Amino acid sequence: MFESLLLVSTKYSLITGFAVIGFTMWVSYWLSAKLTQGRIHGSAIAILLGLTMAYFGGLCTGGSKGVVNVPLLSGIGLLGGSMLRDFAIVATGFGVKIDELKRAGMAGVTALIFGIFSSFIVGAVVAVMFGYTDAVSITTIGAGAITYIVGPVTGAAIGASSEVMALSIAAGLVKSILVMVATPFVAPLIRLNNPRTAIIFGGLMGTSSGVAAGLAATDAKLVPYGCITAAFYTALGCLLGPSILFIAVRAILPG
Amino acid sequence: MIIYGVALLSICTLAGISIGQILGNLMGLPANVGGVGIAMILLIVAGSYLNKKGYIDAKTEQGVEFWSAIYIPVVVAMAATQNVHGALSGGPMAILAGVMAVVVAFALVPVIDRMGNSDNTESANSTKSTNNL
Repeated sequence: MFESLLLVSTKYSLITGFAVIGFTMWVSYWLSAKLTQGRIHGSAIAILLGLTMAYFGGLCTGGSKGVVNVPLLSGIGLLGGSMLRDFAIVATGFGVKIDELKRAGMAGVTALIFGIFSSFIVGAVVAVMFGYTDAVSITTIGAGAITYIVGPVTGAAIGASSEVMALSIAAGLVKSILVMVATPFVAPLIRLNNPRTAIIFGGLMGTSSGVAAGLAATDAKLVPYGCITAAFYTALGCLLGPSILFIAVRAILPG
Repeated sequence: MIIYGVALLSICTLAGISIGQILGNLMGLPANVGGVGIAMILLIVAGSYLNKKGYIDAKTEQGVEFWSAIYIPVVVAMAATQNVHGALSGGPMAILAGVMAVVVAFALVPVIDRMGNSDNTESANSTKSTNNL
């Protein structure tokens, strides 16, 4: 019985993914309407539910890929994987107005630079507070606060220990998950309700998955504007992390 | 036809991601440099060009719009595949570093928004003053 179900769910994994996610969306929109009178967006609840499912998936199986570790649900990995995610994000660009991009272009570039440096400085300061004194570890943890890709890329380039690399990935994951959860609640406070601030937000946060989900939960119309700047963030971080940022940390550290 | 829209989207996605990958290689980075962003710009430019030429009908648009609409479910699936357990078991330092980075970035959104806007108003004022002269 279970074997045959497992066989079907692995053979038709993407279809299983559509069904499970469709059901999750339905539950979320129902909860949104019944419990919050629509005040908390259905997609925000769906993303929260997804993250909760991922937590228990990791807790029960000890794997690192959320619900994908549960064999019956492996199709969600295909549906939420980088291929379909990027495809769908690009599709949202179809509704973008070129004038909006031109008008906020400079602000977007400024946001990218501020975003990388501010995240790095915050991460590095926290590392120092927790007693790290060597430039390699401080840089790697600071880079992890940029994104969970920049952390290990930088760490590998400058020879960080695997323990520090794991911490930098964890810092980046916390950032990405928090952006997904918090953005819809913080958005009204920072006037995140128009293409211009969305472009700035994408450049400052930079975590593509966090920005993609956070804006989806806030206002789907803003998604392409945020994602277009966020797309450049990780690469810029990988460029600056092992070079300028590492050199700067070494220069600032005493001795 | 719907497939034309899906194909247009596919070509733009592949082209953008490839350019990002090549840029990454040229810069010696183990990352894709803005691939998704480049793909979006290609789609916007190609879409408006083909639209002007009258090549894009309602059916073709539907091919892109379906994927644009399936975006939120895809993001929910992505959320369900995150290593949430790993993030929370990273210990207090990892959590504090991640949280503080987000707090600072949120706080900077209105700051950078105003920076640009004040520039605009300044330039508007300066053009006014030159007009007065």
